Amino acid sequence: MEMILFFILAIVAVAAGIGVIAQRSAVRSALFLLVNFCCLAGLYILLNAQFVAVVQVILYAGAIVVLFLFVVMLLGMERAEETPDLRRYQWIVGGLLGILLLVGLVWALLPVGAGAVEALTRTDNAREIGAAMLTRFVIPFEMVSVLLLVAIIGAVVLAKKRLEE
Amino acid sequence: MVPASYYLILSAILFTLGVVGVLIRRNALVIFMSVEMMLNAVNLTLITYSRFLGNIDGQIFVLLVMAVAAAEVAVGLAITVAFVRHKDTTDVDEMNSLKW
Amino acid sequence: MLNYVWLIPLFPLVGVLISAILGRWLNRRIIAVIASLAVAASFVTAVLVLFEMLGLPAETATGENGRQRIVPIFTWIVSGDFVVEVNILLDQLSILMTLIVTGVSALIHIYSAGYMHRDEYHNRYFTWLNLFVFMMLVLVLADGFVTMYIGWEGVGLCSYLLIGYWFEKKAAADAGKKAFIVNRVGDFGFALGILLIFATLGSVAYEDVFPAAGTILPGTATAIALLLFLGATGKSAQIPLYVWLPDAMEGPTPVSALIHAATMVTAGVYMVVRCHSIFEASGTALSWVAWIGAITAFFAASMALVQKDFKRILAYSTISQLGYMFAAVGVGAYAAGMFHLTTHAFYKSLLFLCAGNVMHALGGELDIFKMGGLRKKLPWTFATFLVGVLALSGVPPFAGFFSKDSVLYSDFEYGSPLLWLLGVVTAGLTAFYAFRLLFLAFYGKPRMDKKTEKQIHESPPVMVVPLVVLAVLATFGGFIGLPDVLGLGSAIVEFLQPVTADVHLVEPATGGAAQELGLMLVATLAAGIGILIAYWIYIRRWGLANRMTKSAQWLYDIVYNKYYVDEAYTEIVVKPLRMLGGILDETVERRGIDAAVDGLGWLVGQAGEGLRRLQTGLVRNYALALLVGVVAVVAYFVLRSVLGF
Repeated sequence: MEMILFFILAIVAVAAGIGVIAQRSAVRSALFLLVNFCCLAGLYILLNAQFVAVVQVILYAGAIVVLFLFVVMLLGMERAEETPDLRRYQWIVGGLLGILLLVGLVWALLPVGAGAVEALTRTDNAREIGAAMLTRFVIPFEMVSVLLLVAIIGAVVLAKKRLEE
Repeated sequence: MVPASYYLILSAILFTLGVVGVLIRRNALVIFMSVEMMLNAVNLTLITYSRFLGNIDGQIFVLLVMAVAAAEVAVGLAITVAFVRHKDTTDVDEMNSLKW
Repeated sequence: MLNYVWLIPLFPLVGVLISAILGRWLNRRIIAVIASLAVAASFVTAVLVLFEMLGLPAETATGENGRQRIVPIFTWIVSGDFVVEVNILLDQLSILMTLIVTGVSALIHIYSAGYMHRDEYHNRYFTWLNLFVFMMLVLVLADGFVTMYIGWEGVGLCSYLLIGYWFEKKAAADAGKKAFIVNRVGDFGFALGILLIFATLGSVAYEDVFPAAGTILPGTATAIALLLFLGATGKSAQIPLYVWLPDAMEGPTPVSALIHAATMVTAGVYMVVRCHSIFEASGTALSWVAWIGAITAFFAASMALVQKDFKRILAYSTISQLGYMFAAVGVGAYAAGMFHLTTHAFYKSLLFLCAGNVMHALGGELDIFKMGGLRKKLPWTFATFLVGVLALSGVPPFAGFFSKDSVLYSDFEYGSPLLWLLGVVTAGLTAFYAFRLLFLAFYGKPRMDKKTEKQIHESPPVMVVPLVVLAVLATFGGFIGLPDVLGLGSAIVEFLQPVTADVHLVEPATGGAAQELGLMLVATLAAGIGILIAYWIYIRRWGLANRMTKSAQWLYDIVYNKYYVDEAYTEIVVKPLRMLGGILDETVERRGIDAAVDGLGWLVGQAGEGLRRLQTGLVRNYALALLVGVVAVVAYFVLRSVLGF
């Protein structure tokens, strides 16, 4: 049962990934990205990380993709299309290296095998995360809030239109 | 029971797809999306290890990564907007002033 | 006083500094006076030192030289086993040379004050003249080979500077260069000799080397001696390195008198005498010296017979007389050689200064065929010149007679009769060319143009008094070396004996009084014949010389052109060297080294040109590069576990 779900989600995720990079229109790429994120959320649930899956949907699918779409629309639909690429070698070399990378990584990851722990003992994912986050990881937690503040300020400053003096 | 290596290999595939996307596409926004894909692949790896080692730290890490990714997207898109306003195109090949 | 010996070289050195630094602001007269005073002070000091030396016993109780002192100055080099201390070696030989150098120099400095009166760069002249005296004193008072070499090089340098004094004139500049370069060849041999001495004996100080000279193997000793002698032939203008001396006459005449007659050229003779133990340790070196000396004497005299230039005749005469000195030294008669050196210093510098007077009177004319009749117009010059010529020809009782006789006698007794014969014939030739010069310049009808003739005048006293002093010395100076036959003993031989171990006193003569008188007579006869022939040709039968020349024109041409030796050297030595220089410049320097260095620069530039194209400015290219790196790292780890390293 689990295996079937896994494969469905995996294949859809990969297909969506290919869709992201292969689409000519940026809007369509964004939508495929959305599908990818949702598949991943499913996979997280399979891995007993329910809280993370929910956060994935809220944050990535709900905020980040929406932000992407906003910007695409802001910059105008016509900009989403692309002109033909003049540097062919990028494709060839990039593809080649991608294959090599994949081969290398797969070869390294195969021996992992089945993994260690089988039995699912915990069910309270959110509680565990909360406990860890607010005790052992409290400093990074607070730092992230500062980081987000900085990011907001940065984004506002960078995207502002210059006032013509 | 799905073996761990399956998840990990899936993650590798998604990561590679993201890398190739960064190299091949010229649209700044699509490149950004590919980067997000790469981050997600890594998140998958982290969750997998968290599950199979019985340790919650992986998931904490993922949450923090997500927060950082969100911040990064915000700033990155702001830069892209500024850049597009300047050059009037999303083609990153136009961003070539620092050349010889 | 003996311990103040270092004052002797100090005075001229101070003179140099004053002339060099303050010369520009000082009056010409003052510079000349200061320079002359410096040298005169050295001379006076030397005389005082001599008197004190004479007061000491000649031999100490242990049989050593009682009149020798080594006065330390400072230690110069200490490098492992190689130690060079700079000390003054004061003994009979060095004091004799010092007296000659400072005495004659002082007279010539005074003469120069008048001769160079109108010259523009007075201080330059006197600076270098004083520097020369200083260097010569360093050479003569040195107690080791390295210090002597410094003086040796120093006088060579001053010679170059002074010969080329009027450097705007190309002939003078060339002559200076020629002198220096030819000298350099000799100096190279000298330096090799010194190195060989150090390699063999481990020291370069005289007091270490000479007593140990007997321990050197004959082969090595011959090598050392011949190398040293090569240096001597350069400095003292013997075959094969004599070619610079005639050209050196381009310099001011007082310079010719001092350097190229009395002092620098005698440095070679001094050196051989000083190093006599090394020459004796070698079986054959001394005979080389004697034969080269005798042959050079004859050869140079033959060239003097037909020269037209006043100073060049005197130059060849100098070469010839130096040959006599070597001929004496080469048979072990060191004192005879030094004796001839002394008398030659007197009369040759006298002759050169007279030449200066003649040039001064005639406005620089040097061709003797354009002179004549100066006897009445330049009485003082004529009188002193006559004395000089008589001394040169070896007419008794002038100084030259005694010294030349001493040389010839030693050659006959301790050398070979052939050596003696060469010397006698040369004496005849010497008398001939000396009186030829006298007759052509001072007798007969005036042959110069009218304008010059009108303004001939005798030189001022400052240029005449030194001549008179030298003439007196040339007349009476011979009495310090009386021949054995008179039974009164030779003062100079006995004086120098502790230093030279002269053959005269070591192996007494075997021939007896009659032989000695007979030899003296033959030599004097040869001189007399020479004088008579000169008289006949140039006074009695005026056109005879021209007819003789024409009948043997080919012989005349060869001799007049100095046997084409200079041309031979140019072909054999100078041209190949120039070619080599050209090749090295073109191939090695330009194509090789410059190309390598420039090529390296070009290479770096090209590399930069190529590498900068990596900076495309495209983000995607940079990302690609990143990926290449990542793949490489992954590949490394994969391969590592596959191949197990």
